[in-house]
Amino acid sequence: MTPRLPFGALLLALSLSALAPALAPARADEDAGAGDPLILLSTTSTENSGLLAHLLPLFEAQSGIEVRAVAVGTGQALRAAARGDGDVLLTHDRTAEERFVAEGHGTGRRDVMYNDFVLVGPAGDPAGIAALDEAPAALAAIAARGAPFASRGDESGTHRAEMRLWAEASVDPLPASGTWYREMGQGMGAVLNAAVAMDAYALTDRATWAAFGNKRGHRILLEGDPRLFNPYGVVPVDPARHPGVNADAAEAFASWITGPAGQAAIASFEVDGQRLFVPNAGS
Amino acid sequence: MSGAPPPLIEARGLTVEAPGETPRRRLLDGVDLAVPAGGRLVVMGPNGAGKTVLLRALHGLVPHGGTLLWRGRPAPPGPRRGQALVFQRPVLLRRSVLANLRFALAAAGAPRRVRTPRAEAALGEAGLLHLAHRPAAVLSGGEAQRVALVRALLAAPDLLLLDEPTASLDPEATRAVEALLARAAAAGTALVLVTQDPGQARRLGGEGAILRRGRIAARGPVAALPVGGAWGPLDDGGPAGLGAAP
Amino acid sequence: MWEITVEAIRLIARGDAEVLEIAALSLRVTAASVLASCAIGMPLGAAVGAFAFPGRRAATAALSALMGLPPVVVGLAVYLLLSASGPLHWLDILYSPAAMVLAQTLLVTPLVAALTREVVAGRAAEYRDLFASLRAGPLLRLRALLLDARGALATVALAGFGRAIAEVGAVIVVGGNIAHHTRVMTTAIALETSKGELELALALGLILLGISLGVNAAVMLLRGPSGALAA
Repeated sequence: MTPRLPFGALLLALSLSALAPALAPARADEDAGAGDPLILLSTTSTENSGLLAHLLPLFEAQSGIEVRAVAVGTGQALRAAARGDGDVLLTHDRTAEERFVAEGHGTGRRDVMYNDFVLVGPAGDPAGIAALDEAPAALAAIAARGAPFASRGDESGTHRAEMRLWAEASVDPLPASGTWYREMGQGMGAVLNAAVAMDAYALTDRATWAAFGNKRGHRILLEGDPRLFNPYGVVPVDPARHPGVNADAAEAFASWITGPAGQAAIASFEVDGQRLFVPNAGS
Repeated sequence: MSGAPPPLIEARGLTVEAPGETPRRRLLDGVDLAVPAGGRLVVMGPNGAGKTVLLRALHGLVPHGGTLLWRGRPAPPGPRRGQALVFQRPVLLRRSVLANLRFALAAAGAPRRVRTPRAEAALGEAGLLHLAHRPAAVLSGGEAQRVALVRALLAAPDLLLLDEPTASLDPEATRAVEALLARAAAAGTALVLVTQDPGQARRLGGEGAILRRGRIAARGPVAALPVGGAWGPLDDGGPAGLGAAP
Repeated sequence: MWEITVEAIRLIARGDAEVLEIAALSLRVTAASVLASCAIGMPLGAAVGAFAFPGRRAATAALSALMGLPPVVVGLAVYLLLSASGPLHWLDILYSPAAMVLAQTLLVTPLVAALTREVVAGRAAEYRDLFASLRAGPLLRLRALLLDARGALATVALAGFGRAIAEVGAVIVVGGNIAHHTRVMTTAIALETSKGELELALALGLILLGISLGVNAAVMLLRGPSGALAA
C-alpha cells in the first residue's frame, strides 16, 4: 500500500499484451505461400519413433507444402478425419481404413509400408514366452500364468491387433481386467512406461519400442510371427464428402509417400542402426 | 398551507422496521421533523435509539414507512440529489485523496476536465491541499473525516447529513471538522447532525431533538434541551451510561 | 534428479532452438488467454460480487463449479465447436494457437471470475452505502472496485496464468501438439514422456517451473515491495 504503487493488474495486462502477438503471425503464415498447410492425421508410433520428423522435412522441401502432423491413436485419427478435421491419414488398421473409404470419407487406401509388432516383457520372462514362436500361444501362456499384461485399451490400431491375437488364442482377457490384465487407456509410450514399472508384458510396434528411451530391463521376447505384421496405409480424405479439405496437398502427399522418393526415405530411416519400417507401396 | 416556502425536508410519522425480523420491530416509530433550507437540526440520544437509522431513512438508504417530503414533494426512492451523508467512520477508496474526490465528481456527473480543478479547489478551501496526493489509506482519522466532509460538500448539497462525524477523533481534529461544518452552514447548507457530544451540540446550535426508542422524546432549541448526558437509564441497546461519552 | 537438473540447465544454456520455440509459444498462448480471461472474467466476477440481482447465488455457484472443469472436457467442447463438422468451423482455427487460446480462455475465465468475485465481494459491502450516497452508476462502481482491488487482482491473474500454462488436456486436443506450430511445454512433456524420455520430460518440466517462477517474480516486482494484497 505504498503511495505510487503501479496498478498491478494493468501493468500485468500490459506486459502480457507485449508478449501476446502470438496469434497474428501464426495466422498470417497460414494465409501466406502457395497453399494451405496439410493436416496429416497419423499415429503415435510414427511420431514417437521419429519417422515423421525424418519424412516430413523431405516432403516439404520437395513439394513446398507445409505439413502439420497430429499424432493420435488410429481410432481417433479415423474419427477426426470422418469429421473433416484433417486432410490425409497415415494409419495402421487396414480393416478400419477400408471401411473409412467404403463409407465415402476417403478417396482410396494405398499401402505405404509395414513394420511389425513385438511382445516385450521383463527379462525374467515369468510366462516363458521367449521359447515360443507363435504370438497366440504366448498370450495363452501369459494368461495361464496370470502374469501382468499392459494393454493399450484405447481402440488404437495396436489395441485392435492385440484383441485379434487374444481371439486367436481363444482367451478372453476382459474378465481378468483389473487383475493381471491391465487396460491402460493410453498411448503406446505411456503403456510401455507402465509395463516397465509393473514388470508387465505388452504388445508394441517395433518402431516405438526401438526409439523408446525407458526400457530398463525390458526386452523383446517374441518377434517374427507373421501374425504380427503391421501394415500402414495412406488415405486422402475425400473432398466430395468434406469440401474444406486440402485435397491437392493430400493427393500430393499420398503420391509422394507411395512413390520412389517417399519409399526410399522410409527405407533409409533407422534407429540405432536398425531399420524400422519396410516400404511396400505397389507390392 | 400558507405562502411560506415548504421545509427542505420534512418527515411525518416516519417509521423504519428492522429488516428480516418477525415479529416486526420498529427502529423508528413515528418520527415527525422538519428542517428548513439552510436550517440546522442536532439529533441526540442513547445508543440504539435509532439516530443512524433516521439519517439513513432521510437520505434514502433504507426503506421507510410514513411520509417523507423532500423540497415539498414525496421523496423519490434512493439517495436524493442535493443531499450528502457523512458516515461515522469515513469510507474512502484505496487511492489518493484527489482521486477520491474525482470519483465523487464523476459519480455526480461532472465532466472529466473539471474534476481535478474542482477537487483541488475544494481541498484548498478546506486547507487540505497538502493531502491531495496522499493515499487515503495512510490518512489519520481526523484527516480522513475532513476529506470525507470535503467530498460530501463537493456537489454543493442543500442538505448535509452527519452521523457522529467526530465520535472517534481527538479534540484538535474535532475542532477542524467543526470548522468545516461551520463554513458549510454559513454557506447556506442545511445540516442534520447526529452527535453524542453535548458540547458539540451547543457549539453548532440551532434546533435540537432527543431520540429515544425510535421516537422523539424532546425537542426545542439545543441550548434548552436536557443534554447533560443523563439518558443512561433509558439506553435501549448499548451499555448503560456510556451513551454520552465520545 | 541431479542429472535431470543438469540436463535442464544444459538445454537452456545451449539455447536449444526447439526448446526456446516451445517455451515462447507456451508463454504467448498463455499470456493471450490470461489477458482475454481477465478482460472477461474480472468485470464479470466483480459484477456478481458487487450487485444484487436475481440468480446471484446461482451465478456464484456456477462460477465456482466451472472453476473445477477438467481441461480435457473444455478441450473436447472447443474441438467439437471448431471441427470441420462443428458450428464454428468457418473460423478455421482448429489445430492452431488461436484454438488453444480459445480453449484456455474458456478454462481460465471462470477461475478469474470466481476469484475476482471473492476479492470484490467484501469490499463491495464496505462501499455499498458510499456508492449509493454518491449516486455512483454501476459502471463507475465496477471500475472503482476493480481498481481498488488491483493488488489482489494481480494475484488473481497469476492464478489464471498458473492454471493455463500448466494445462495440457485442453491444448493437446484442440492444438494437436503439432511440431513447430502448436507444441507447447506441457504437450512436449506429454510427448517426451510417451517416448520414454523421462529425463528430458522432467527437464522440460523444470524449465516450465522456471518460466512460472519468472512471471510470478516479475509481477511481484511490478507490484512493489509492500504492494501486496493490501491495495
